[in-house]
Amino acid sequence: MGLIRVIFVVGAVLALVPPLIWWERRLLSWMQDRIGPNRSGTITFPDNFPLKGLAGKKVRTFGLIQPLLDGVKLFFKEDITPSDVDRKLYFIAPAIALFPAFALGATLPWGPTTGLYGILTPIADVEIGVLYVLAISSLGAYGLVLAGYASNNKYSLMGGLRASAQLISYELAMAMSVAAIVMAVGSMKLTNVVAIQEGPLWGAVPWAQNWFILTPFGFISAVIFLIALVAETNRAPFDLPEAENELIAGYHTEYSSMKFAVFFMGEYAAMFVFSGVFATLFLGGYNILPVNWMALHEATGAGIFKFLSNANYWLAPLVFLGKCFAGITFFIWLRATLPRLRYDQLMNLGWKSLLPSASPTLSSSDSGSSAPNSTESLADGPPQSEPWSSATSST
Amino acid sequence: MSQTFIPSTETVFEKTGENTMIVNMGPQHPSTHGVLRVICELEGETIVRCKCVIGYLHTGMEKEAEYQTYHKCVVMTDRMDYLNANGNNLAHALAVEKLIGCEVPKRGQYLRVILAELSRIASHCVWLGTGALDLGAMTPFFYIMQQREMILDMFEMFSGVRMMPSWIVPGGLRGDIPPGLETKLRKFLVEFPKELKVIEDLLVDNPIWKERTQDVGILSGAEALALGCSGPIARASGVPFDLRKAKPYSSYEDFDFEIPVGSVGDVYDRFLVRIAEMKESCRILEQAINGLPEGPYNTLDRKIAPPPRQELDNSMESVIHHFKLYTEGFRAPAGEAYAGIEGSKGELGFYVIGDGSNRPYRWHERPSSFMNLKSLEVLSVGRMIADVIAIIGSIDIVLGEIDR
Repeated sequence: MGLIRVIFVVGAVLALVPPLIWWERRLLSWMQDRIGPNRSGTITFPDNFPLKGLAGKKVRTFGLIQPLLDGVKLFFKEDITPSDVDRKLYFIAPAIALFPAFALGATLPWGPTTGLYGILTPIADVEIGVLYVLAISSLGAYGLVLAGYASNNKYSLMGGLRASAQLISYELAMAMSVAAIVMAVGSMKLTNVVAIQEGPLWGAVPWAQNWFILTPFGFISAVIFLIALVAETNRAPFDLPEAENELIAGYHTEYSSMKFAVFFMGEYAAMFVFSGVFATLFLGGYNILPVNWMALHEATGAGIFKFLSNANYWLAPLVFLGKCFAGITFFIWLRATLPRLRYDQLMNLGWKSLLPSASPTLSSSDSGSSAPNSTESLADGPPQSEPWSSATSST
Repeated sequence: MSQTFIPSTETVFEKTGENTMIVNMGPQHPSTHGVLRVICELEGETIVRCKCVIGYLHTGMEKEAEYQTYHKCVVMTDRMDYLNANGNNLAHALAVEKLIGCEVPKRGQYLRVILAELSRIASHCVWLGTGALDLGAMTPFFYIMQQREMILDMFEMFSGVRMMPSWIVPGGLRGDIPPGLETKLRKFLVEFPKELKVIEDLLVDNPIWKERTQDVGILSGAEALALGCSGPIARASGVPFDLRKAKPYSSYEDFDFEIPVGSVGDVYDRFLVRIAEMKESCRILEQAINGLPEGPYNTLDRKIAPPPRQELDNSMESVIHHFKLYTEGFRAPAGEAYAGIEGSKGELGFYVIGDGSNRPYRWHERPSSFMNLKSLEVLSVGRMIADVIAIIGSIDIVLGEIDR
């Protein structure tokens, strides 16, 4: 069973990388008034094709297989290992860069834990989920740092240095913003984080869900977390470690062929998984809208709400995927809009703006941890009471 | 013994500090705008000193010109500053005309202004796109390149060539304004400011853009003059020097336009000055196309400019002129002449020495970006790598012109 789960998460994340690359390239093209890759995968069926409906027809796939072809190309490229590299680290760095995405993806609840989906979700319901997310996500930077160090190239080295500086600057703000969530939930389990968000909004509106992005402290945390996320995934405007206009290609300057492709996949897999983390922590996980359909059903007796409640259950994985894609779309949008920050400005932003603004969220939500019924009641299943409301009422 | 001279990084300079690192940027680097090589001594990411190494695009055009007739030199000027080809054509034509004492009719002068100003906008478009790209803002590049495409289309209507029109020649132009150009130009003058506004909205008040460019690479007016900087760089530093106003050529005195001047002299000011300059160029273009005089566009001296095609059918003398001009060219008197214009990157001049033959004895360009590039070594000190990229972008260099 464990093996199936592992194969499932690795397969899912890997399978989602090519569509992501396609989506980035196409969306970026549209934002920039270009067409983007749209030719590959166009199949012209011969006139004598057995299936009459397809004979002589052109079937377009809008360039969807372009990333796969790129992958094939990279696979067949010569794998150059420059002389004087630190061979062990040089080989292991891409793997380290790719690993966190898979390790993180395993903990995300992509569907309700009850019923059919309960068999596979979450792949691993880690007791210290949030902590695990923070810990594993920082590991990704090691891949970059080691690649920069091992490559024996000055540009790579600077890329690696920038990666480590960036990591330190943003990890703290990220942790602070998440700490607020952990305190409000009273548990670190990601399934509990989602379950809490299914409770009534602000503890007062029973038919709406208490998505953390809708709460005042949660909103600030969400903004900070999102900015830190962009830095964590090395995306524009924080793509300093690879800053192509300054450092050629930064930490992966000396990488070619599949090793480069692994870095590339790692970046996209990380984008996807981190969007999932954001969705889980702030956007109510796999729930389609912040509405408590069953509560509405009980209040009004209308059958439509029961149907929607069922739809919410069955569509959960798709909704979760949709939220991940929304997150990635946001990343791409940023990339199309913003110039890159400078190294010192990035650290200024991290230390002087994000960290101080993350601290108040901590104090505004810390009363949540003192809620008597938080951890115990959450140990087995969805919440029976509303910790957020009890937290606010106890203060 | 033949040996190619490619200076190694170490021979250019040695480390001065203990904890410094020498980094060689270029000639193969994404943002040195061609084959500029900058060798930097870094302390961490801070530049201690840096040095530009040029010459990787040296083609010997100035020497080559000594073996070409004055007309044939024109095509080489295109390839110097290939982004501002018409400006180079114009400077060459003015210098040669000064040497031979030739006056171009008003219509020709106005058409030259139209070509030169279009070229200036096209050149600034490339600067804006690549300069933004250097700082990580991808999108303006694609937006502004579409506008440049419209200008290149107009050049194509003129000459059939998009980047190297060679349309301005000593004695006038190679041809009159092509049919349909006026409508296209007017359409461009309506659309371009709108597109420019989009890019301004993306960048001018963008906090990241401001942070990256403001107070970076500050050049004072006195320093700019001492370094021989001209054009938008000097003007951004507060030196209101523009040859179009200071020493009008080609009827620039007829047009009403402002010279945008900056106050701080940082990268951001250079950005604003160039943006404003594009708008002023649009104003000049509008006045030029509205007030385009009737009459000949070429000098009537048949020894310098070829006769119109229809004359060849019924005038033997015209055939002879035509033949002589296209085989031997015209002879310039012995003497020297310098003519400078306000190119897109600064004062762009040609210095021609004639020896009575049909070829220049010496032909030399004052390349504006060569002079401006020298400021890089001053501006980079104490800045970070990312700033050097921003400064190179703001100086707006074209290596074809620097190396020639």
